[in-house]
Amino acid sequence: MLNQLTISALTEKLSRREVSAREAMQSCLDQIARVDGKIHAFISHDAVDALAQADAADKEIAGGASKPLLGVPIAIKDVLAVKNQPLNCASKILGKFVSPYDATAIEKLKAAGAIVFGRCNMDEFAMGSSTENSAFGPTHNPWDITRIPGGSSGGSAAAVAADECIASLGTDTGGSIRQPAALCGCVGLKPTYGRISRYGLVAFASSLDQIGPFTKDVRDAATLLGVMSGHDLRDSTSIPQPVPDYTQALTGNVKGLKLGLPKEYMVGGLDPEVKAAVDAAVKKYQELGAEIVEISLPHTDYAVAVYYIVATAEASANLARFDGIRYGARVDGNDPIELYCKTRGAGFGAEVKRRIILGTYVLSSGYHDAYYLQAQKVRTLIRNDFLKAFEKVDAIVTPTSPTAAFKIGEKSDDPLQMYLSDIFTISCNLAGICGVSIPCGFTQNPRLPIGLQLLGKPFGEETMLNLAYAYERATPWHKEKAAI
Amino acid sequence: MASAEIDVKYVAHLARLALTPDEEKKLGAQLGNILGYIEKLRELDVTNVEPTAHAVPMVNVTRADEVRPSLSHEAALRNAPRQAGGLFIVPKIVE
Repeated sequence: MLNQLTISALTEKLSRREVSAREAMQSCLDQIARVDGKIHAFISHDAVDALAQADAADKEIAGGASKPLLGVPIAIKDVLAVKNQPLNCASKILGKFVSPYDATAIEKLKAAGAIVFGRCNMDEFAMGSSTENSAFGPTHNPWDITRIPGGSSGGSAAAVAADECIASLGTDTGGSIRQPAALCGCVGLKPTYGRISRYGLVAFASSLDQIGPFTKDVRDAATLLGVMSGHDLRDSTSIPQPVPDYTQALTGNVKGLKLGLPKEYMVGGLDPEVKAAVDAAVKKYQELGAEIVEISLPHTDYAVAVYYIVATAEASANLARFDGIRYGARVDGNDPIELYCKTRGAGFGAEVKRRIILGTYVLSSGYHDAYYLQAQKVRTLIRNDFLKAFEKVDAIVTPTSPTAAFKIGEKSDDPLQMYLSDIFTISCNLAGICGVSIPCGFTQNPRLPIGLQLLGKPFGEETMLNLAYAYERATPWHKEKAAI
Repeated sequence: MASAEIDVKYVAHLARLALTPDEEKKLGAQLGNILGYIEKLRELDVTNVEPTAHAVPMVNVTRADEVRPSLSHEAALRNAPRQAGGLFIVPKIVE
């Protein structure tokens, strides 16, 4: 079953000519045909184009080319521009939009030889934690199809967990890679802010958004991070910092590394089975030679409130571009204002409207200082908590999500409860540091994946991924497959 | 900090967003609830704390002002809801 392979296993088979890229791509397409009716990880995919890319890769392989992702099928969240492919952000408002150019991350994947295929389902404009806010219908968790896959990159996570692709891309603004990775049982990496160019990523909250990979193991995440990272003149927030070979950092030796355990993360609302799995993982790290240090991140409790001011404020500005004039769907009006209002009223879903209203409100005259400025100041306190903690420790370990996957519909009528499910992932984006979620066990009944989150220093991906790799090598969780 | 109530109709106008009366009512209640939660930020003393707009601050980022390849006229208009003669068609703006 080629579709089940990791990037490293598949590229090895391809370079030895044991299998062809066409066979690998076909194997993913067969799996999509078999399971995606139940999972709905994809909004759409173009099988003909995917196989044509595979054939082109096979030609290159026959010609002796060697590229890190040559012939590897990688699925893409529907928020990243891929030239000549549809882009909807799981919204109605983009109509029949077709991307006129490639995002920088996509350009880099293509240059590395990847087969870039499929549009993975998501919460509309990446706003949500369950992938229920998609205009194309929800995605289902491969481990239990009555449950959500997490969000907002739920389609990307489910596609990897269900072996419908070898790896996928998502985006993370407040946990949208790490939380679905945890809930679907795969590896999900949010790089340091500025590590990967955001050019060609439809902006939700520009000071928080980052692109990152979903993979079947830590090595694959390191490989994709290396391919996609680097400075880009087209994104003024991308950081001119050299890109190391992240796979070289995976020694598995964590002896003497200091791992911080924030006391504020192991409290109320944390599911007992999740807590037990994280406690066991902490013990495992001690066995592996890491030193566990209790730390404090005193402003943790304010992170969700800060996030829902900062993120909605930025979103209300970013989403102003969807006005029915230059692209996307349009509802006509007698004057431009009426056209904008009607187009946006008809095109956006409930959660997007909620966030635009909240974001517009916190930026509006008379409220800006009380809400937005106050939130930006508390953001400084949150960031300082992390910088102070990182003076004492090399990385931080926490649960990724307070619970395993919840039922479809369970939280959709209570936005605040939904927001609070991101409590462990949001601070990382506010502080601009890196984070990764890796599988660390299962709940008993039903059997659902649990995720462990590691948080690293700004540009501390090498140490963080090595810690993740050491744990993965010492545990069996990442090898388990959902029965679909 | 302001009281936890939003004049949804007014804010929706600022956001150029048409809402049905039902949406207005539902959003008003939900946003009141969310703003109530957000009020907790008032507990913190932020005197002398600088605001963070970006986690990795970079100042005066510029690049060379050079002409580079960009979208063709045709590609830029390809997704337009209405176009003619190489232009976007919009409702009349001035009488």
